[in-house]
Formats: sequence, C-alpha cells, structure tokens
Amino acid sequence: MKRFQNLILLALVIALAAVPLVMIKKPAPGSDDKEVEIFAGADEQAKNAISTIAPSYKPWFKPLMKPPSGEVETCLFALQAALGAGFLGYWYGCSATRARMRREQEEGA
Amino acid sequence: MHIMEGFLPVKHCIGWGVASAPFVAWGLATVNKRIRENPEQRMLLGVATAYTFVLSALKMPSVTGSCSHPTGTGLGAVLFGPAAMAPIGAVVLLFQALLLAHGGLTTLGANIFSMAIVGPFVAYFVYRLAKAVRLPFGVCIFLAAALGDLMTYVTTSVQLALAFPDPAGGFTASFLKFAGIFAVTQLPLAISEGFLTVIVFNALARFNPQELKDLNVATVQEMKA
Repeated sequence: MKRFQNLILLALVIALAAVPLVMIKKPAPGSDDKEVEIFAGADEQAKNAISTIAPSYKPWFKPLMKPPSGEVETCLFALQAALGAGFLGYWYGCSATRARMRREQEEGA
Repeated sequence: MHIMEGFLPVKHCIGWGVASAPFVAWGLATVNKRIRENPEQRMLLGVATAYTFVLSALKMPSVTGSCSHPTGTGLGAVLFGPAAMAPIGAVVLLFQALLLAHGGLTTLGANIFSMAIVGPFVAYFVYRLAKAVRLPFGVCIFLAAALGDLMTYVTTSVQLALAFPDPAGGFTASFLKFAGIFAVTQLPLAISEGFLTVIVFNALARFNPQELKDLNVATVQEMKA
C-alpha cells in the first residue's frame, strides 16, 4: 500500500480534475442565443456577483498592466508554474543523487 | 481567491493591508533567523516557495463548472511555522497582481490575509492538532493542506461579504453567495492539494528526514507510521 501510495494519490488528483470536465456539459444557448460559458474563473464570477449585489459600485483602481491577450496571460502563468516546477525538480534530483551516493559509499566501505 | 483590482472599497483595502503587514514582517523575521541559524534549510524553504508558485498557477476545473486554483501554502506552514508563508505568499500575489492582472495592488492586503495568513495558520494548527491526537503522518498532512486551502477561500468570501453586504439579507446572505462561488468550487481542489502535499511530504520524509526532525515537524518513527 505504502509503495503505491504516491501513484494512487496522483491518480486521484487527476480524477478529481477530469471528472468535472466529463460530467459537466455546456448548456444550450439561451433565448438570447449567447453561448453559455463553462469553467470560467471563480474570481471572475465573484466580480459578477459584486455587480449584482451592489450595482452602483464602481471599481476605483485599474490594474497597472493587463496581459494584452489570453495567449500572453497563459505564457505568464506557464512561466510561474515552470519556475516552481523547475526548482522542485532540482531539489528532487539533488536529493535522489545524494541518497544514492550515500548508499554507494556505505556499500563500498 | 483573488479579489480583483479596485473591487474592495478603500477603507477595506487599508484595513486588510494594516492587518496583513505585521504578519509579513513577522514572517520575514522568522525566515531570516532560521536561515541564519540553519543555512541547510534554505533548500526546503525553496521547495515551499516553489510549491506555492506551481499550485497557485494551476487553475483546475471543479464540480461547480468553474475553475479555481489551490494555494500550496500548507506545505511551507507545516515545515516552517505559520508566519513564514506570509512573505512568500505575498511575493506570489505581487507577481500575479503586477504581471497577470490577477488580484491587485489595492486588494493585495486582503489577498495576503486570506492566502498567506489564514490558510497557513489553519494548516499549521490543524497539523499540530492532528498530530497531538496521534493520527497517521499522511492524514495529518492531508488535513492540514486541504483545510488550509479551503479556509483561504472561506476567508475571501467573508472579506467580500463584509465589503458588499446584501441589501436584503445583509452579511449572511452575501457570505452564502460568495461562499457558493468560492468555497464549493474549492472543495475538490482542496482535496487535490491535500493529496499532492502528502506526495511531496513522502519525498521529504525519504530525502530530508534530518531536516524534518530539526524543524520539529515529525520524527522518523512518526513518518513511517
């Protein structure tokens, strides 16, 4: 069990993300023929909820810089993830090698 | 959990900023002290930071038909104590506010409070509590990371409900509305974050048992259980 724990956990994480993708179907366009958007960001939905609760509220500050397109935004998100994943890989590689060298040294001694 | 730029009234922005600042300063002090005394722990601090970078960039689909992202702050909180994640989370949020127009400078204080303060504190104390009642190591880590993640989003809902109480139902109605958007979406993602954090801790237990012991996270016997 312990041996396969990581694999099982990883499979569960993938399943948790995949199941909604399969289960939730795009509803048919409403009477105004507008495409219904699914899997939009929760942040965006909260923004819309604010506009329904307080229709008179006007945001008083604009972002200094907005990614000029969705593509650029994706690029920056990928960069953020890559920085993190790169370091995690570096740590894992260092640690695995260190553990192996220690083992070899003990066997050699 | 990102409250968008300009979407909190000025008073709230200042209030949450004032509330967050001491935690960030406290966190910086603890991190500096720790690194000065134990330079070998730098690597693990990097791991905690990197983990938050990765997880908060992953927007995952959820059962509610919307997308949200985990926070990744539970790992560092369990390793380095609750305050250490405040400055690290602040860096991530600043990156996203400046370059991605996600969150914002005016809402930075509020977003730091939910993601980099409440989340890590919940994670840290859940871990200590779960360990005190002798739950298995993996279960302690799972609960800490998952609940820390979830409470971050509950905090965001509280913050928005305080700023925008429903004209009819007041704070409660508004909170339920925002929690329906954030917390419910977050449930499966919080579980995912819990699982992923257990995977990382399995690796830490294998490769860095000495550091985990020095950091007072767990002993070798506890990790094997």
